[in-house]
Formats: sequence, C-alpha cells, structure tokens
Amino acid sequence: MLDRNLIGHEFPSFTADVEKGRLKFFAKAIGETSPVYTDEAAAREAGYRALPAPPTFTMVLDMEGPEFLPFLDLLDMDIARILHGSQSFEYFEPICAGDRITVTGRIADMFEKKGGALEFVVMEYTYMNQEGVLVAKASNTLVHRNG
Amino acid sequence: MSDIQVGTEIPALELPPISRFTLALYAGASGDHNPIHIDSDFARNAGMPDVFAHGMLSMAYLGRMLTNWQPQATLRKFSNRFAAITQLQDVITCSGKIVELVEQDGETLARCEIQAAKADGVQTLIGEALVAI
Repeated sequence: MLDRNLIGHEFPSFTADVEKGRLKFFAKAIGETSPVYTDEAAAREAGYRALPAPPTFTMVLDMEGPEFLPFLDLLDMDIARILHGSQSFEYFEPICAGDRITVTGRIADMFEKKGGALEFVVMEYTYMNQEGVLVAKASNTLVHRNG
Repeated sequence: MSDIQVGTEIPALELPPISRFTLALYAGASGDHNPIHIDSDFARNAGMPDVFAHGMLSMAYLGRMLTNWQPQATLRKFSNRFAAITQLQDVITCSGKIVELVEQDGETLARCEIQAAKADGVQTLIGEALVAI
C-alpha cells in the first residue's frame, strides 16, 4: 500500500522556461492548426504578448523538474502500473513564450478502491510567473494498479 | 455572441487515426516519456496489448476544440476524467455543448459538457469547461 503519511508532502519548487520552440513543437504534436499558437504576428493580433501556451501545456512544465514524475520514487510506484484518472486546470492569466514559471507540486490526497486493488494519488500544482502572479492551478488523479 | 445559449453545440473536432508516430511526437513535445506510450515491449510486459495514447494527448485535442470555438483567454476551468484507454488506430472525435449559464465573480460563464469518443461511440474523456461569455 502507498504510504498515506505522505499526504500533504510538497515537492521542491522549480522554475521552467516557456520556450517558443517548445510551444511550436507541442502545437505540431497536437495537430494545432490555428496560427495563434505558431505564428507570433497572429498571436499578437489575438492580443497575446508572445505565442501563448495552449490549455494543457502546464502539464509539460511539470515534466521540466529535476526528476521525472518525482512522486513515483517517493511513493515507490511502478510507472508500468499507473494510469491517468482525471485532470483539471484553472486559469487566471495567460502563459506565453518567454515566461519563467515556478511550479510547485504537492500530494493532496490518497485513497483506494476495490479493496486496495486500485490506489489513487491526487496531485495539486500551482504555477507562478516571473512577476509573482499565480497564472494557473492544476490537479490530477493517478491510478496505481496493484497485484 | 447571440449563438451562445444553453443547448449550443461546440463545433466538433475529428482527429486522424492515432498512430505510433502521433505518440512518439507527443512524447517528445510534452516531455511525457513514459515508455508505456512509445515502447511496445514495455507495454506488453506491463500487460497491455500494445502502446496506447497519452490521456493528455486527447485532452489537448479537447483544448483545441475549445480554443477553436472561443479565444483561450475566456477559458476559466477545464477538466475531465479519463474513462477509457485510446488505442492505436482509434479515431477520436471531440464534441461538447453548453448545458448551463452561470454567474460567477461578476461574469457570465457557459458551463459546457465536453467529451472525446471513439468511432464506435465509446467515450474516452468526459469532462467540463467553464468559458466566459
């Protein structure tokens, strides 16, 4: 069983650069066709100061930390046994190319279903830009298949 | 925006079939290098029939549908659960509609039910978006 004492554990914050090239690569990978996400002139015309990060991009920033999915080691989870259960985002201000975002993640909750065959880890993240403005929050639930 | 009312449908987005190439590209671009999405041997050893799509790839498709419809700056909340695994060659269609108009923090928000589904109708993502109007 995953160690419930780690509910509330906060991982060290880290800073991630929102790079223009990365945004274009991400837009390509998701098949984005709107020029707002790949053409700076179109982005500015749409009211952004630079290429905007699309709605799910903060998840990409999560992966920019010193360790890939740091909760895996901490909770002794097997990457082959995890599934993504749910995901939510809350948006306050745009994130654009050139921003430096401070990402802070914490283990918000853990619970189990089916007599412990499935365990759930709820992670919460906050995203602060270089001006100290909270730009977004995210939360996700990971499912760990036991046995 | 007179076409914004309860019952208004969000223009659907149909995606090309999910290929290994799609998954490799998304793994690189997103930084999600979990081998279960890109390495068939690893996926089979984990008890899966083959590699399968990142849930967040389909959520990004839902995001595309939303921002094609309304500017991203009006998106306040966006959430879904992952109800079924998306396999190779699945053709995903994103759709949604406004189910309620709510007042919150001095603005009117359209609460939209959104989903991603396979060609056989199986829902893969089921969620909700709040969009300022």
